[in-house]
Amino acid sequence: MNPNPSLKFDLIADLRELFAFPFMVHALEAGTIVAVFAAAVGWYMVLRRQSFAGHTLSLMAFPGATGAALIGLPVSLGYYLACGAAAIAMGQTARASTRGFSSETAVIGTVQTVGLAAGYVFLSLNSAILSGTETLLFGTFLGVTQGQVAALLVIAAVTLALLTAVARPLLFSTVDRELARASGIPVATLDVLFLLLLALAVAATSQITGVLLVFAVLVAPPAAAQQLTSRPLAGLLLGILFALLVVWLGLAAAYFSPWPVGFYTTTFAFAVYVVARLIRSRR
Amino acid sequence: MSVVELRDAAVRLGGRLVFSGVDLNVQTGEFLAVLGPNGAGKSTLMRAILGLVPLAAGRATVFGGTPARARGWIGYLPQRSGFDRATRLRGVDLVRLGVDGTRWGVPLPVSAVARERRRSERDRVDRVIEMVGAAAYAHRPVGELSGGEQQRLLIAQALVRTPQLLILDEPLDSLDLPNQVAVAALIRRIATDEQIAVMLVAHDVNPLLGYLDRVVYLGGGHALTGSVDEVITAPKLTALYGSPVEVLRTRDDRLVVVGLPEAPHHHGHRHDEEP
Repeated sequence: MNPNPSLKFDLIADLRELFAFPFMVHALEAGTIVAVFAAAVGWYMVLRRQSFAGHTLSLMAFPGATGAALIGLPVSLGYYLACGAAAIAMGQTARASTRGFSSETAVIGTVQTVGLAAGYVFLSLNSAILSGTETLLFGTFLGVTQGQVAALLVIAAVTLALLTAVARPLLFSTVDRELARASGIPVATLDVLFLLLLALAVAATSQITGVLLVFAVLVAPPAAAQQLTSRPLAGLLLGILFALLVVWLGLAAAYFSPWPVGFYTTTFAFAVYVVARLIRSRR
Repeated sequence: MSVVELRDAAVRLGGRLVFSGVDLNVQTGEFLAVLGPNGAGKSTLMRAILGLVPLAAGRATVFGGTPARARGWIGYLPQRSGFDRATRLRGVDLVRLGVDGTRWGVPLPVSAVARERRRSERDRVDRVIEMVGAAAYAHRPVGELSGGEQQRLLIAQALVRTPQLLILDEPLDSLDLPNQVAVAALIRRIATDEQIAVMLVAHDVNPLLGYLDRVVYLGGGHALTGSVDEVITAPKLTALYGSPVEVLRTRDDRLVVVGLPEAPHHHGHRHDEEP
């Protein structure tokens, strides 16, 4: 690792330095993959008003990661397993409700609290990873391996393929649930499928941003895009663009400064959202 | 041609008999209102015609076949509250979902045929938006539109698949009176011009007076069918409910039904109604 990274305020030289180290290249690759597919899933999540569910899933990544470390499984596998299980559990409770998912806030809140408590227990049972708590919660870009990048690529491809397949029926059931159901769309199945896609996006994102700062990629960029346009495709692409900006700038800033990547991505994401709101209010 | 034909139809929901012995015959281009107090089964009757709830007895024929097979010819607007203010989707996108909202995958305009189909679909979307008079605001987010504007776009969405039967469940419910009358006039014009049969569920017949062909009045587990003057009379409704009902006609020709087992005008209480 570069012992003393510093900005030279020379774009070419600075970029060259960013790409000089494999760990940084892996981090940029992982961040790019995550930004693209998390923002696409996030666009639907914001439109479906499931941000709270997304938040819960991200908190479930915490017991997932600590639990996996406790029993000796790879931590990233723990992320995916815990988020997926939580998504299925929430999907089952939502199935009973005709209004869909957003009304189930009490259930989600309960799941969330139990998940956090379990994560904390796993953590205290395994003092070895105690030093990694901060990383789990607030993210890191150090130590992203080539294998992790490959895994992310596969997960992103699967998620985007599924999302593309259900794109229009999912949009239909999001804006007009009753009519979509009457038109023969399997609304309840789509609910569960979307929660699973959301779980994948959350699990992948939290490996970069940490479980508490998932919103920097998953929520803020698509929410900002929806402030600026109500065209579906334009909003989706703009959200991805914002997410890429947030991740790239966040990683670069974190590399050249002592502060953590989670802080930068969150700050940039917040800035993008605030600017988008300002632009909209001036129109 | 007979669009909808019910013979002695009955529906049972959760063990409760909602209605029974309902006969109905709807013709092409006819505009029918489905009236009755809360819980009388207006929405249930519509859902039976759509094949979404099964009949407990009797027979339902839609376009000469079973309701399930007729689904493609029916434009449906379910009972719903307005769009959330923050819904970031344009009116034109909403209407477009009526065309392709049920299609899986995404369109790839690679072939000339696919491009041609996309263009004709876009034209159809523009045409129905024009038809309901929504062109001026179709490109704004639906959440920012008024209830009447949203309702027109939803009617456009129901029309975009060129249905032969339009089923509208309480489309006037959240509108003010001038808008209710305007939407009623619009529906009358569509029924006549496009020769589409329309069944419209309503709480209040007054905004529809002068536009309707016939009414179906549900109450006491049964139904009366006929013109407004035939059906909404004290003797007929008294017989339907089995308890005294009065019908008053105000000086400006509005109808007021007094003495129903349940109050007839429960605006804003739509959730009391069974699904």
